[in-house]
Amino acid sequence: MRGPYRRPMSSTWWLNKRNYLLFMLRELTSVFVAAFLVFYLVQLAHLAQGPESYAAFLAQRASFGWMFFHLLALVAALYHSITWFNLTPKVMVMRRGEERVPPVFIAGSNYVAWLAISVVILWIVLRS
Amino acid sequence: MAEPSITLEIFRYRPEVEQEPTFQRYTVPYRADWVVLDALNYLKDQVDGTLSYRWSCRMGVCGSCGMMVNGTPKLTCAAFLKDYYPAPIRVEPLANFPVERDLVINMDDFLQKLTHVKPWIIRDREKPVIEGEYRQSPAELASYKQFSMCINCMLCYAACPVYGLEPDFVGPAAIALAHRYNLDSRDQGQALRQDVVFSHESIWECTFVGECSVVCPKDVDPAGAIQQEKVAGALDLVKSVLMPWGSR
Repeated sequence: MRGPYRRPMSSTWWLNKRNYLLFMLRELTSVFVAAFLVFYLVQLAHLAQGPESYAAFLAQRASFGWMFFHLLALVAALYHSITWFNLTPKVMVMRRGEERVPPVFIAGSNYVAWLAISVVILWIVLRS
Repeated sequence: MAEPSITLEIFRYRPEVEQEPTFQRYTVPYRADWVVLDALNYLKDQVDGTLSYRWSCRMGVCGSCGMMVNGTPKLTCAAFLKDYYPAPIRVEPLANFPVERDLVINMDDFLQKLTHVKPWIIRDREKPVIEGEYRQSPAELASYKQFSMCINCMLCYAACPVYGLEPDFVGPAAIALAHRYNLDSRDQGQALRQDVVFSHESIWECTFVGECSVVCPKDVDPAGAIQQEKVAGALDLVKSVLMPWGSR
């Protein structure tokens, strides 16, 4: 008699369920975040090489392709941040006696910190 | 008027007669108060006695009747026909486990992993009965109660793609139960569990898909338990680097 039957897992398992697909999208966003950081490092390197090099870089960056990449990277970074912020209550459990601090407060504190840091960055950028 | 009926497509695997599993279609009477398990019991009693599956309590307590219902891990005692009617319902054994026969999976791997995390209260020294019970405040009970609701039904393993791809993964329920005892104020066994719990095959294998918590019929939230153990594991690592002289 044959032994137990092992069902192979298909390579497209992540297409079988909405949650799996959303998970894969969340994982994929890190590629765009990493690509943006590489781009940013290149930008800093051009800045270090002097004003001419940097001006040439900026001119190149204004192309449609790079603009499109930045738009994609922005959407990916937003999706990445929002999905992870929404998961923080699962990781951080705070209790007040028998009661658990409501998850919305844990996730909410991330959004408040995000907003506050963004305002500070905006203030620094607009001040100059 | 003809009695309403519903079609079940059931995964059949009879290792003594067939090499590959097949799907067999059955028509059973449709009743709004029937669950999938009622339909399976009807089939077994009235239509085909060769059908094999596990069940026991019929009330979401024993954790025996977990199966894939239309591709989602469910306790069949809690999956109502009316939620699928009139479309056919596909019933398969829990995903990610070897199939012994029809809807019966082999759970040896899960039971072995469960034992490895020592899901019981461990004391440095058991105090004699005469010294009284181990007392616990309501707040201490609340800290782990959610994780103690696990009924070992293995739906979380069937929902976990990491377990499907990496069979060495300790898995959601076993880690959630380790977490449950680590959080218990009466327990002193965290150090004995951490070699397994903090290992690569355990918490660090989890990529936080989160589907284990979605399918859990007892709202245990194994995904949360794993992430909370990751925090504990990371703190333990930092401590061991900063204070190598401290006892683990």
